[in-house]
Amino acid sequence: MRLLKIAYKNLKRKKIRSLLTIGGVSVAVAVLVSLLGFNSGYQLALNNDVDKMGYQVLVTAKGCPYEAATLMLKGGGGMRYMEENVYNRIVQDERIDQITPQLMTTVYNAGKEGGGGFTMYMGILDSYLVLKPWSKFESGSWFSSEDADEVIIGYEAAELEQREVGDMIFIPGKEQILKVVGIFERTGTQDDGVIFMPLKSTQRIFELPNQITGIGIKLKKLSDLMQFEEDLYDEASIQVISMAQVKGTIMGLISSAQILVTSVAIIAIFVAIVGVINTILMSVFERTQEIGVMKAIGASNLDIFQLIWYETIFICLIGGVLGSVMAVLAGNLVEYFVKALLPYAPAGKLIYIDAKLILSTQIGAVVLGLISGVYPAFRAANMRPIEAIRSGE
Amino acid sequence: MRTLIEVQNLKKHYQRGTETVKALDGIDFAIKSGEVVSVVGPSGSGKTTLMNLISCLDVASAGNLFINGQNVTKFKEKQLIKIRRENIGFIFQKFYLIPSLTVKENIELPLIFAKKDFDEKKTQTVMATVGLQQKDDIRVNMLSGGDKQRVAIARALMNDPQLLIADEPTGKLETQVRDSILLLFEELSRKGLAIFIATHDLDLAEKTHRIIHLQDGRIIPKVESSLY
Repeated sequence: MRLLKIAYKNLKRKKIRSLLTIGGVSVAVAVLVSLLGFNSGYQLALNNDVDKMGYQVLVTAKGCPYEAATLMLKGGGGMRYMEENVYNRIVQDERIDQITPQLMTTVYNAGKEGGGGFTMYMGILDSYLVLKPWSKFESGSWFSSEDADEVIIGYEAAELEQREVGDMIFIPGKEQILKVVGIFERTGTQDDGVIFMPLKSTQRIFELPNQITGIGIKLKKLSDLMQFEEDLYDEASIQVISMAQVKGTIMGLISSAQILVTSVAIIAIFVAIVGVINTILMSVFERTQEIGVMKAIGASNLDIFQLIWYETIFICLIGGVLGSVMAVLAGNLVEYFVKALLPYAPAGKLIYIDAKLILSTQIGAVVLGLISGVYPAFRAANMRPIEAIRSGE
Repeated sequence: MRTLIEVQNLKKHYQRGTETVKALDGIDFAIKSGEVVSVVGPSGSGKTTLMNLISCLDVASAGNLFINGQNVTKFKEKQLIKIRRENIGFIFQKFYLIPSLTVKENIELPLIFAKKDFDEKKTQTVMATVGLQQKDDIRVNMLSGGDKQRVAIARALMNDPQLLIADEPTGKLETQVRDSILLLFEELSRKGLAIFIATHDLDLAEKTHRIIHLQDGRIIPKVESSLY
């Protein structure tokens, strides 16, 4: 304990040098915490997004399956269409527990906040709510008929458009006015930004008669999934995408980026270790006489080893704490950039930093200190007192 | 007075290239408790080597060194550390205090290494002995040279040593401060502490109980002062 106090005071002797070294460790730790937080956060958010789609299988028109799945997840233009008859055929399958057709389309809205943007519209049936039982109404209720000129707005879209139940909305380019009959509660998924319409109204207004973009299917037994997919391969115009595959593929794509960022984090940690060793070694050399005197007045090799080791552990621990704080504080900013850079970012928090992550990072920082301190501490501990005292004379 | 240090035919030889340097070449003397002994001699005479051997900071090539009746010449480093902790206090010309610590923290440093509990009463007594009352929390780099040496003496006294080894203890101090340090040494010797001083300062040496004159690694009757 008393050696700890001396070690702490030693670090204060060269404040700027100590602070710079702590800064290096902090940056490395912040990168590491953000990366690990992103690892778990992205997976959680993706799982949440995919699970809250409510179905295990997505049927879309032929094309790139993952592009289709991503478009379904995040919305956007360029959707491929398929005949509604496909839905009518598949719905007969006894293995299906729930099924819902969707028609997704986007419209460019020049008046949208932030200099214009796309608004997503989705045509649905009431089976949509059966597949997504967590979709509750914040206010209002379901459409009055299957062909009503009405909309239900996702929570964020309602906030963005500043609309309440009873208000009217206008679809740019379609010269169509629709009445808001409901607003969904926040779900934490992409659905929050969507404007929902009855399927038939969507087909009519967007001039896509008998067209749909996807069919979401939930099976009675998950074990039937492979056979079910295989049976649907016979349909020439469609493709079947399992949501488990989508998760795997998106995580696979993200893992390539993670490898790159992990490499950067490893380099940052390596640079931090070298920085710590350099600082402590310089400090040891500057205090050679002092160490010699300590040994003369009774310090053992172990005492000196501990003293120098404590100094490195202090640097790494303080750096670890500051780095974690930096990661937490800068989390939103990092998330903003990550979301802007990634081709698909799930809704919700992408960087998930919890107490377990912080704790394991602090343990990691201490281990970093232990490793970095070994060589300088060993050098200091093995100095011969006479030579050390004479070194500055 | 009992014999505290006994040196018998002590030698320290080492190689410098092909040449054998005889830093100490067979010296004999003894120091009793309460005795203040100075060792004088020109540069290269072997003063520092002798001091390092008696301090157990270096090992002799031959001969015997008894501290408190124990022959330490064959001791291993761990045993030498114990001897240093329990028997010897050090005072250096350049003080060698830890600048980041306060007066009190510097003085208590030997207790940390000896794994002893802090004893406030004792610390205050030692501080009073050397004239450092009320200066507990002052950082040592704020002190005058004289006060720094007092801190060094207090630090040397904390483990109740039987021998105080001082290397040019007044070398960097003004005359008035030097005299007060010498008075302090006298007072400590009266309490039974043996003090061994290596110095170039003949005035200082003459105020000690006994002078050992060294030249070329040997004890001689007297060294001409012009050689210093």
